[in-house]
Amino acid sequence: MSTTLVAPGEQSAGESDRRIINDFSIQVATVNGSGSQTANTVLMRSIFQMGIPVSGKNMFPSNIAGLPTWFTIRASRHGFVGRKKEVDFLVAMNAETAQEDVRKLDSGAAVVYDAPLGLNQIRSDLHFYPVPFDKLVGPVCPEAKLRKLVRNMIYDGVMANLLGIEMEEIGKALYKQFGARKAKAADLNMGACRAGYDYAAQHFTKTDPFRVERMNSTAGKIIIDGNSACALGAMFAGVTVVTWYPITPSSSLVESLIGYLKRCRIDRETGRATYAVVQAEDELASIGMAIGAGWAGARSMTATAGPGISLMAEFIGLGYYAECPTVIVDVQRVGPSTGLPTRTAQGDLLFCATLSHGDTRHPMLFPSNPEECFAMTMEAFNLAERFQTPVFVITDLDLGMNNWMAEPFAYPDKPIERGKVLSAADLERLGGFARYQDVDGDGVGYRTLPAATSHPQAAYFTRGSGHNAKAQYSEREDDYIQNMDRLAHKFESIRGAVAPPVADYNSRAAIGLVCCGTSNWAADESRFQLRDEYQFETSYLRLLAYPFNRDLVDFIRRHERVYVIDQNRDGQLLQLMRLDLDPAELAKLRSVRYYGGLPLDARTLTDEIVRQEGL
Amino acid sequence: MSTTVTPPPRKVNRIGLDVLSYKGGKTTLCAGCGHNSISERVIECFYELGVEPWMVTKFSGIGCSSKSPAYFLNLAHGFNGVHGRMPSVATGAMLANRRILAIGVSGDGDTASIGIGQFMHLLRRNLPLIYIIENNGVYGLTKGQFSATADLGSKLKTGVINDQPPFDCCALALEWGATFVARSFSGDKKQLQAILKAAISHRGLSVIDVISPCTTFNDHEGSTKSYAYMKDHDEPVNEVDFVPHFEDISVEIPEGGVQDVRMHDGSLLRIKKLGRDFDPTDKLRSLTELHQAQQRGEVITGVLFVDTGKPDFHDMLHMVEEPLATLPESRVRPPKAVLDQLMEELR
Repeated sequence: MSTTLVAPGEQSAGESDRRIINDFSIQVATVNGSGSQTANTVLMRSIFQMGIPVSGKNMFPSNIAGLPTWFTIRASRHGFVGRKKEVDFLVAMNAETAQEDVRKLDSGAAVVYDAPLGLNQIRSDLHFYPVPFDKLVGPVCPEAKLRKLVRNMIYDGVMANLLGIEMEEIGKALYKQFGARKAKAADLNMGACRAGYDYAAQHFTKTDPFRVERMNSTAGKIIIDGNSACALGAMFAGVTVVTWYPITPSSSLVESLIGYLKRCRIDRETGRATYAVVQAEDELASIGMAIGAGWAGARSMTATAGPGISLMAEFIGLGYYAECPTVIVDVQRVGPSTGLPTRTAQGDLLFCATLSHGDTRHPMLFPSNPEECFAMTMEAFNLAERFQTPVFVITDLDLGMNNWMAEPFAYPDKPIERGKVLSAADLERLGGFARYQDVDGDGVGYRTLPAATSHPQAAYFTRGSGHNAKAQYSEREDDYIQNMDRLAHKFESIRGAVAPPVADYNSRAAIGLVCCGTSNWAADESRFQLRDEYQFETSYLRLLAYPFNRDLVDFIRRHERVYVIDQNRDGQLLQLMRLDLDPAELAKLRSVRYYGGLPLDARTLTDEIVRQEGL
Repeated sequence: MSTTVTPPPRKVNRIGLDVLSYKGGKTTLCAGCGHNSISERVIECFYELGVEPWMVTKFSGIGCSSKSPAYFLNLAHGFNGVHGRMPSVATGAMLANRRILAIGVSGDGDTASIGIGQFMHLLRRNLPLIYIIENNGVYGLTKGQFSATADLGSKLKTGVINDQPPFDCCALALEWGATFVARSFSGDKKQLQAILKAAISHRGLSVIDVISPCTTFNDHEGSTKSYAYMKDHDEPVNEVDFVPHFEDISVEIPEGGVQDVRMHDGSLLRIKKLGRDFDPTDKLRSLTELHQAQQRGEVITGVLFVDTGKPDFHDMLHMVEEPLATLPESRVRPPKAVLDQLMEELR
């Protein structure tokens, strides 16, 4: 490849013919707290508005200001919205990381950079576009203290010019972002954007191949993060008690929910809330409150991440044994304490499935996109009340905190399911009840609600494992065994009630891929790569819930080998299958794992499958 | 020929229930345990006040104290939670249904050690819960280890001397925002009854620290939580009378030294001073008294603080009057138009 440094007014030869349309990734490297989020969102949104499938991923440090942060925008005419491993277009705004960022690029990538960084000295196989940001920002932003923020909008203009993004769309996205109330700020930012556009138009000749062209693949779609989608699911599920403790990456879920509830769930006549939200003192308390509320008949929930789940272990075990409904949204992230709290992982699968001491099993739902975040959070409340048990919605930082394209959410078409709750009239008719009696053969007893079922025979005493069917204290062996067997039977009923996996059988495929959650996006693209590059066909099964049902067994039986995809070191999804499957099925399983803290990308997956298959 | 024996008329309270309707299961605690006396007071108070037992909900953590809710009010729901975390379960349940009349029973280990965090934050929220600490200075169910309320120098049966200073749960409750604080002794039937009734009428968090001797592990010479020690060192700061709202409130006002506190439900709490100048509406004064009493080796009992004017947690959260638990779907699931509008904004 020839040297493609572009000096003002100069054009390098041989590059203008090759065009890569709507298929590239942009990485914007900035400093945390520099206000780049607006510029990045506007850039992403304007590509989306041009009808091109797009995704945005923020890779940020555990820090408020000063540390490096990277935002990646991917445009994909094929609709692949997972992380792309290769960066095609770098916007280098952070002096601290710029050199390394440039060194990591593949040959042929393009770089917009802050001119004083002199990045074109490092390599000769890239397309360089130096922009004197400080010089440009002065005239468009007279107020010096705002310059740091406005400066970032200049690269939106530069990128619009270089990629062919319509300025009208940039403007539309920008004014949407600021809203009508901040029109003045929007004007200021738009001015900076134009300055960038004009500078690029006057000084650069485009040499890189990356361009956008209008498509029609995003019409009617929305852009939303998974946490907001879960929050909406909770609100439309009719959540009444929300208890939480702030933790990345789940905080924004509850914060969005508070916003939605304030807006949509204030009683018109009285001006009072039809809900309660409590920021608890810790996760020990937030789960205790959620369980207490579920026990007393609220639709209750909490949202947390791995460290919070660890603290909740004892209470969730009690919730299982005392049979209290509640919903726990676990937005998974990397490991305990400090380290990588702002990076993604699927590290809580095994832990959540059997959380707490003693024999415990918990249902888990695995959304992989915002539509499922919405629908599954809603369904989790129904399952929790129907089966009187804590239910997990397992998402992750990638899904929860990043912006995704989605179809507008469908309004629920069935009423809320409140499960088996006896009224005073029921008790009058029945002459009493036994709380833990399996009357219907599904392992689920009937319950009453304190102070809501106003009847002398409504009361029962709730405690952990030591009780008989009438909820009386018992340490008898037979009572304990009967209760445990009924709980196991109840779990089997749950197995029949949760959503079956999504399967794509390929009659020419000898191997299958299985995954859950956000691994879907890398898996989807990897299957395309395997077919396109290796003529290798695969079938695909995406698990939507735990406990797994027969479909998983059938899928394994119909393939020679099955690759189980995990975003953790120890193959937790595969290990979870070990609890259910027989040895013949297990022998067919292979493990593909990624645990670097970034969203899994297709290339990593493809390379590993190719290696294991010896292709 | 038959003879008809007319049974003596059944004694009932104002809602027509007899005292049996307020009883619980047979206690499994040790004979002479102070906790059993407290359970009896709870039964009497709810019976005498004519509270519908099915509107009461009992909460507890783990320990001997926390077993006791099974021994009163069988007609009330109960939740035996995990160690030290009764406050969170009670909070959740009471948010689900604000009509619950909640009584929580905890111990000194459950409250002052593993549960100190939840205890503190419960106080901050002024949840309308009656929080009884059955305080005996030891862990009974694990066989006699010191708790964090054991006094400095107090001796275990094994001869081990406590070398750490105690937490005074009443002083902490005052500091952290309780709106009703009292200390009593399981052996003082009259005082404990009046305090409990006042707590039932109080809208806000009531902390009642009841010294409740453990006959098995902490009732010996050298213990500062024994019956004998309490008999010698119990110093009531006031005499408390409770006149429920449904009785003739125009009771005779005795001469001097009486403070009347009107409770939320209209009942009257009449606090009669005993010797010292003690004002249970003066928080700082109460704190000073507690500290001074401790230095003197006295255990002051009585109503230590009452404030009926603070908003409770439900008010703070500005919740609807009806229980959240039973709101119909039409009030908790916004209509389709709302979702459509939200989706439109995200396009």
